Amino acid sequence: MKQYLLSVYQPDGPPPEAEVLDPIMADIDAVEQEMKDAGVWVFSGGLHAPSTATVLRRKDDEVLTTDGPYVEGKEHLGGFTIVEAPDLDAALEWGRKLARAIRWLPIEVRPFQGADDG
Amino acid sequence: MAETSSVRDEEIERVFREEYGRAVAVLVGVFGDIDVAEEAVQDAFTTALQRWPSTGPPPSPAGWIITTARNRAIDRLRREASRVDRHAQAALLHAEAEPTEEGPVRDERLRLIFTCCHPALAPAARVALTLRLLGGLSTAEIARAFLVAEPTMAQRLVRAKGKIRDAGIPYRVPKEADLPDRLSAVLAVIYLIYNESHVASRGERLDRADLGAEAIRLGRLLAELMPDEPEAHGLLALMLLLESRRGARSTSGGELVRLADQDRRRWDLDLIAEGQAIVRECLRRNAPGPYQIQAAINAVHSDAATVEATDWHQIVQLYDQLLAIAPTPVVALNRAVAVAEIEGPEAGLALVDALDLDGYHLFHAIRADLLRRLGRADESALAYAAAIERTENAAERDYLRRRHEELSP
Repeated sequence: MKQYLLSVYQPDGPPPEAEVLDPIMADIDAVEQEMKDAGVWVFSGGLHAPSTATVLRRKDDEVLTTDGPYVEGKEHLGGFTIVEAPDLDAALEWGRKLARAIRWLPIEVRPFQGADDG
Repeated sequence: MAETSSVRDEEIERVFREEYGRAVAVLVGVFGDIDVAEEAVQDAFTTALQRWPSTGPPPSPAGWIITTARNRAIDRLRREASRVDRHAQAALLHAEAEPTEEGPVRDERLRLIFTCCHPALAPAARVALTLRLLGGLSTAEIARAFLVAEPTMAQRLVRAKGKIRDAGIPYRVPKEADLPDRLSAVLAVIYLIYNESHVASRGERLDRADLGAEAIRLGRLLAELMPDEPEAHGLLALMLLLESRRGARSTSGGELVRLADQDRRRWDLDLIAEGQAIVRECLRRNAPGPYQIQAAINAVHSDAATVEATDWHQIVQLYDQLLAIAPTPVVALNRAVAVAEIEGPEAGLALVDALDLDGYHLFHAIRADLLRRLGRADESALAYAAAIERTENAAERDYLRRRHEELSP
């Protein structure tokens, strides 16, 4: 089994109104439950806004702390789910369910490195 | 002696062309790894080149290549696996788990085609992988055909193979529910290869016949492997009918000759007969799709001994059918050309002018031709200029320039 990272990218700025967001969150919860029932769910979580990020970077013997985020852009990582799947097709199938739940935001699917590589 | 050896080289070359794809596909099935499979098959062909000239080819050259490749790969992987190479260990484990059935119970090439044309790969990578793994073309040959530098093409192939391995793109014929989408991706790759041969989008020469032959070979293979998919047969028929006109499409000097002006005696009757027979078979199945309808349109053209004898009413009907399933402006443009043949250039122009295709050179070329036929020379000249500006193929551009110059009194 391989593990895949399904990440959600969202535009910067305030989140949508509750009446828009609530049904989306309910749909995402339903997909997550489906993943758990199928035994493929490893982890998932949503992140606070990029303005809450802190960046650490080693310089010589010291580690510098600065206000984040590390990458400034128009979009940022909003949250992610990790699933276990036998191959990319199976991972994409879960990604599709998530994309349908999340409506207009893109989902990026990436394989984890691991013992199964070869 | 030298002559015998060159005959043998040809024999090996022939086996290579015919069997490379099958051998790679079988070994990908055995080892679950494209690089291991390719290296093993190339090894086996190198051995064949050394041995066959003196021993003569074995009774079953293809079987010999596959068995030799498999054994050599296992030997090599065992050596590497003993040095704690995870990659080699995984391929060996895969080979041991795989039942060692000789003789093709299932055709592994079908699985490999779906892997090469997976939608998670970039379209250019799908084309290159398909030509490399199933067609057996070298990286240099593919680079030449697509007018990119060899290192660029090599990098594209390495990247695609790396993604297949690391992301876990499976070697599998997709399940029923996904098949229509995935099959249309495969058909698109083969047709893209064909089109690249038919009208090279850039570059000096109009024709690159070897790519065309390769696309038709892949089309035949797919139709043979998926006999129940009407669109696979439709694509093959379409390519055969387009191919039948290759000899008439350009002058000996390489100048483009459009369909209406072609010397129809130069059409290849065997290819027409084969293409038309497939179209008739498709009509009997009665499960139309875009490739089958385009093949039918070309079959109607192939029936006409002269351009005047063309059954334009049937062609417009077929375009109506095509528009219903594939409502694109390019299809509407082609339909307008057929309408102009029945109702005159005025009617055709009205349909063309309603389309939003400003970036497409043929839109302007067709407008130019209709305007010329209406005696509106100034507007026609402007349209030819717009078409010339938008085409990258030298032979097409020369053709448009000649038409442009003919306008001047």
